[in-house]
Amino acid sequence: MVDLALRDAPAAVSSPPDRLRLLGRLRLIDGSFRTITFAAAVSVLVILGGVIVALIEGALPALQAFGLDFLTTSRWNPVTEKFGALAPIYGTLVTSLIAMTIAVPFGILIAMFLTELCPMWLRRPIGIAIELLAGIPSIIYGIWGLFVFAPFLQHTLQPALIDLFGPVPILSTLFAGPPYGIGVLTAGLILAIMVLPFVTSISRDVFEAVPPVLKEAAYGLGCTTWEVFRHVVIPFARVGVTGGVMLGLGRALGETMAVTFVIGNAHRISGSLLAPGTTISATIANEFTEALGDLYTSSLVALGLILFVITFVVLAIARYMLMRIERKIG
Amino acid sequence: MSSTGLSHGSNTVPAPVVAARAALADADEKVAIRNVDFYYGDNRALKSISVSLYARRVTAFIGPSGCGKSTLLRILNRIYDLYPNQRAEGEVLLDGNNILDAKQDLNLLRARVGMVFQKPTPFPMSIYENIAFGIRLYEPLPKSEMDGRVEQALKRAALWNEVKDKLSANGLSLSGGQQQRLCIARTVAVQPEVILLDEPCSALDPISTAKIEELIDELKTEYTIAIVTHNMQQAARVSDYTAFMYLGELVEFDTTSKMFTSPVDPRTQDYITGRFG
Repeated sequence: MVDLALRDAPAAVSSPPDRLRLLGRLRLIDGSFRTITFAAAVSVLVILGGVIVALIEGALPALQAFGLDFLTTSRWNPVTEKFGALAPIYGTLVTSLIAMTIAVPFGILIAMFLTELCPMWLRRPIGIAIELLAGIPSIIYGIWGLFVFAPFLQHTLQPALIDLFGPVPILSTLFAGPPYGIGVLTAGLILAIMVLPFVTSISRDVFEAVPPVLKEAAYGLGCTTWEVFRHVVIPFARVGVTGGVMLGLGRALGETMAVTFVIGNAHRISGSLLAPGTTISATIANEFTEALGDLYTSSLVALGLILFVITFVVLAIARYMLMRIERKIG
Repeated sequence: MSSTGLSHGSNTVPAPVVAARAALADADEKVAIRNVDFYYGDNRALKSISVSLYARRVTAFIGPSGCGKSTLLRILNRIYDLYPNQRAEGEVLLDGNNILDAKQDLNLLRARVGMVFQKPTPFPMSIYENIAFGIRLYEPLPKSEMDGRVEQALKRAALWNEVKDKLSANGLSLSGGQQQRLCIARTVAVQPEVILLDEPCSALDPISTAKIEELIDELKTEYTIAIVTHNMQQAARVSDYTAFMYLGELVEFDTTSKMFTSPVDPRTQDYITGRFG
């Protein structure tokens, strides 16, 4: 080591100009490298800002024309040019609510099974299947939903629900006939399938991040698997799982294609979940090509702005929650 | 008890155990480990270990890292069962019953054999709940009685005075030493018969270590204690018996005073005097 240093030292002293020139060039490369990466990063902010500005600008005519009525009325009449966003907002929230009500418990149960109970040989196949479920393009869920799932529901689940809840006061309105097949409930169920992988894989990651020694300590007290989950894993992972749920919710709120196929695209708020409805994204996708007149177009953009705000808030909450659990683990 | 234990496997008990037992005829054998092998997959980590834990005594397990001390401890409450590719063979008799038996109820076993880990492991809940949680698993007590049991457990772990005004604070908000005593309190609260301590002080400062050593001294009046430690002085201070393990084998087992003054095996001598390990 010492020999090496001694032998190298005279060489280094004899050629400082070369090294200086080389360093100068490297500094130049370094500088441009920094500029390019910085520009790439900033472009994201610029694009995001551009989208927001464009949305607000496009929505302005409609918002000026209808004011707060845009949010609180449900008439949607292209002929008289009276637009209110309540029906799509309602549809968006209700389909997402149905999706989360189903996907969250299922996803958490699957994640529990995968982390704690699943035999080793089955762990990978199920894990991969769930990730593949997330990779299926939404258009495929759409055609499957329209041609297979909706008719199936029309003949099985929907008549059963109508018969079952017919005599029950509030539920009879919620599940009032006739069974169309397509409708709010069907859209919600499709969304549940689409959101399931998000909830599952994030829950699984968070459960796996629970320190093994903590689980051992709980088992060491004589806890059963359920008690370990109930009292140690879930409290530890609660924030992270909530983050995963929010990410899934963000997806459910914005999902367009699959929902457009199966929701029925009717601009009305019905008490029954079996009735057709619409969502924000489905309305935009369906009507953009035929939107004649500035006010019509502007109303659709305003719908987009509302969706943007809703998903932005949901995702911000999700990020915040995931950040909190990362800090807890780290 | 000790005499039946002696006759039980006299042809398989290695010489050091027999020698130790002769010197310790006054103590009851609580746990008898007989010819235990342990495997991580195909890797044989313990080779035919035979050793005993005596009631109301502290047994220290010493030896260089990777010699199998912790592995041995993890057999005694079968915590290794959580991992599919780990298995133990042989016999571990707790009051004469083989706990390695497939029919052994693991939850009940772990209620009888408590464990404290190297790193403090408070649960993500309040200090009070950390203790009450374990008790509630076995006895659903009314609030007033539960308060008493929690207080008693915290007092036993010499933690009561430090936390009595903040029982509802999160267990994770305590210092490392306090967290470890909370874990000991939690283990004691379930009223086990045997307590396993796996390097309980390795993450702690000297003051916390001293407190826990005092605590061990106190606890041994009621419990059978096994402690794994890398600290020779600690083994000498707290234990009545010492077992020296090396490369998955039990090299020597005797009273602590004998082990530290006149060990029989030269490897024990070398390790204790710091020549290797």
